[in-house]
Formats: sequence, C-alpha cells, structure tokens
Amino acid sequence: MKDFIFYLIAVFILLNGFLSVTTRKIFRSAIYLLFALIGIAGIYFWMEYEFIAAVQVAVYVGGIVVLIIFSIFLTQQSGKELPVVNRTGNITAGIAALSGFLFTLIQIYRFNPGNLVFSASPSVEAIGEQLLSTGDSGYALPFEIISTLLLAAMIACIVIAMKTNPKKA
Amino acid sequence: MTEIGLNHFLILSTGLFFLGVYGFLTRRNLITILMSIELMLNSVNINFIAFNKYLWPDQMDGLFFTLFIIATAAAEAAVAIAIIIHLYRRFFSIDVTDAGELRH
Repeated sequence: MKDFIFYLIAVFILLNGFLSVTTRKIFRSAIYLLFALIGIAGIYFWMEYEFIAAVQVAVYVGGIVVLIIFSIFLTQQSGKELPVVNRTGNITAGIAALSGFLFTLIQIYRFNPGNLVFSASPSVEAIGEQLLSTGDSGYALPFEIISTLLLAAMIACIVIAMKTNPKKA
Repeated sequence: MTEIGLNHFLILSTGLFFLGVYGFLTRRNLITILMSIELMLNSVNINFIAFNKYLWPDQMDGLFFTLFIIATAAAEAAVAIAIIIHLYRRFFSIDVTDAGELRH
C-alpha cells in the first residue's frame, strides 16, 4: 500500500512538472507548478519528514507560487498564449534533456546502493536544537548567514522595484 | 516493510530535474524560466532528503541543506521577480529575446 502511494505521488509530480513546462498558457503553467510542489511536499510526508513538508508547503506553495502568480498578473494578459517554440530549438532541448536523463539513469543503476534501512525521522525538537547549536555539527553560523542573505534580498527587492524618477536619472 | 529504495527517489528527482532543464531551454518567457529553475531546485531537495533518510539516518545534515536551499530559493525568486517587473516597466515585455540591451 505504501509503495502504491509512492508511485502515485511520483506520477503526479512528473505529470504536473511535464504539463508545467509544456503548456502554452502561462497561468496554467503556474497552477501545474503549484500541484507539482504539493506533490513534492507529499513525498516528504511519505518519508516522514513532516517538518520539511510543512516548510515546503509554507514557503513554496504559500510564498513562491503566489509571488509568481502575482507577477503573471502584473506583466501578462492571463488569457494570452505563449508563442510556439520553433522546431529546432524544441528538438535540441529535448535531446539535451533526454540524453542527460539517460546518462544520469545509467549512473544511478551502476551505483546500486543495495538493501537500505528505512530509518525513523528526527523530531522537530532535535532539528531545532541542532540548528541553533554552536557546538559540533551545529548549524548556528549558516543560520545567521541565511538570515543576513534574506535581509539583503529584501533590501535588494525594494531597491530594484523602486520607482525611478526619470528627470533625476 | 516497503520496497521503495533510494534508487526510486533518485530516478524521480532525475526526471524532475531534466523536465526543468527542458523547460529552461525551450521557454522564452522569464517567468516560465523561473518556474523551470524552481522545479530543478526541488528535485535537488528530494535528493538531499532521500540521501539523508537512507544513508545517514541518525544525522540531519541533508535536512539542513534542504532548509537552506529552500530559503535561498525564496530569496532568489523574490529578487528575480523584482527584476522581471522592473524589466517589464522599461521594455513592456518579459521575453528574453526582447531584453537585449546588455548584449554587446
């Protein structure tokens, strides 16, 4: 039963990902991306990493996709179709992606990790303690760096999107 | 007990990654290119979590890498969308073929 659910989620993710990169309506593309990201959150739930699944839903589904949909509304007529990709570009991209996929697949089958144990997942408490620990294998420094990065990105967004005065420039 | 091994996750994330590559190469609209990049980042996250779950079960390093990738991806998407909206104000188009002002 658990295996069946994994295959179901995997097919759901790949189908929605495929539709997201091939559909010609940009708004539908964003919605298919939304479903693919929800499927990935489902994969995390399947692996019993509930905290990562929650972060995925909160940041990707609740944040990034909403941001993308807003930018679509601001920059496109939502009913307008995207132009057709020319045939040579399509075939070249298809060959590049397919050959890369097959090459990686060969590597995966050569790797063959054997029988692995499906282990228990860490608790949120343990995650929080290691994230803020300054001792061995503590992640306090990357945590602080990422907070600085987020602040820098926030300021950068404001500066870029600020309305420039054409007379001054 | 489940039959799903590490290989299943690797195949899933490989498929998702190269769907992103295909979208990145064929799309001409900046927002759809950004969506393809998000797909690729997510496939990498699946890899990190699967490796952590199967190969390194009593540690949490893969989990933290995934958290930091998600945070970086959010910052990247925000800056990219700010740039896209600014580009639209200037050129009234977000097609990559129209934004050739930096081209030498």
